[in-house]
Amino acid sequence: MEITINGDKTTVDGVNISVSDLLKIRNVDMPDMVSVEVNGTILERSEFDSTQVGDGDQVEFLYFMGGGR
Amino acid sequence: MIRILRSVVDDMIAHARSLVPVESCGYIAGTSTQMTRYIVMTNVDNSPDHFSFDPKEQFQAVKSVRSTGETLQVVVHSHPVTPARLSAEDIRLFNDPQMIYLIVSLKEEPPIYNSFRVFKPEPGIVDIQPVVIQVVE
Repeated sequence: MEITINGDKTTVDGVNISVSDLLKIRNVDMPDMVSVEVNGTILERSEFDSTQVGDGDQVEFLYFMGGGR
Repeated sequence: MIRILRSVVDDMIAHARSLVPVESCGYIAGTSTQMTRYIVMTNVDNSPDHFSFDPKEQFQAVKSVRSTGETLQVVVHSHPVTPARLSAEDIRLFNDPQMIYLIVSLKEEPPIYNSFRVFKPEPGIVDIQPVVIQVVE
């Protein structure tokens, strides 16, 4: 299947894949620190395991940004 | 080393000053050769000692610069009363190895700004590498 990830079309094995597994494939070491948007909807982190993405979906992910003095 | 346009530096300092005592935050977008644009982000914590980006705004910023051929390369935040160094909280929360982290300190006049890369090759190991800034007109 072909998924657009962060603007780039990417071929991923399988018919569907969970967001959690997709992050593993993309070598995201700290998924708890990542925000994910699928087809324009931002997911709760609790939805990463249960949300499946498939052919034609558009996925964006980026790291949470925060800090303090 | 990163090359940053003077106008970008001026914009990030002006933003930091405008929010005192609250911490400012933003992105710097650029090309492969230099940083060209400061993007104001909302500090959803609205706090004098902490900042967090709004994920919705982050996604908007990423898509906005993608359409121009730029990329987001630097995460900026201010320290209104503390030095331009990474705090323990910064190090804990800075997890994107692709980003340069730039801190603007308003503790002194003129403001001081320093930038770093933060790598975490394995749990418990943090590698902080200063990044030299060259300001260009």
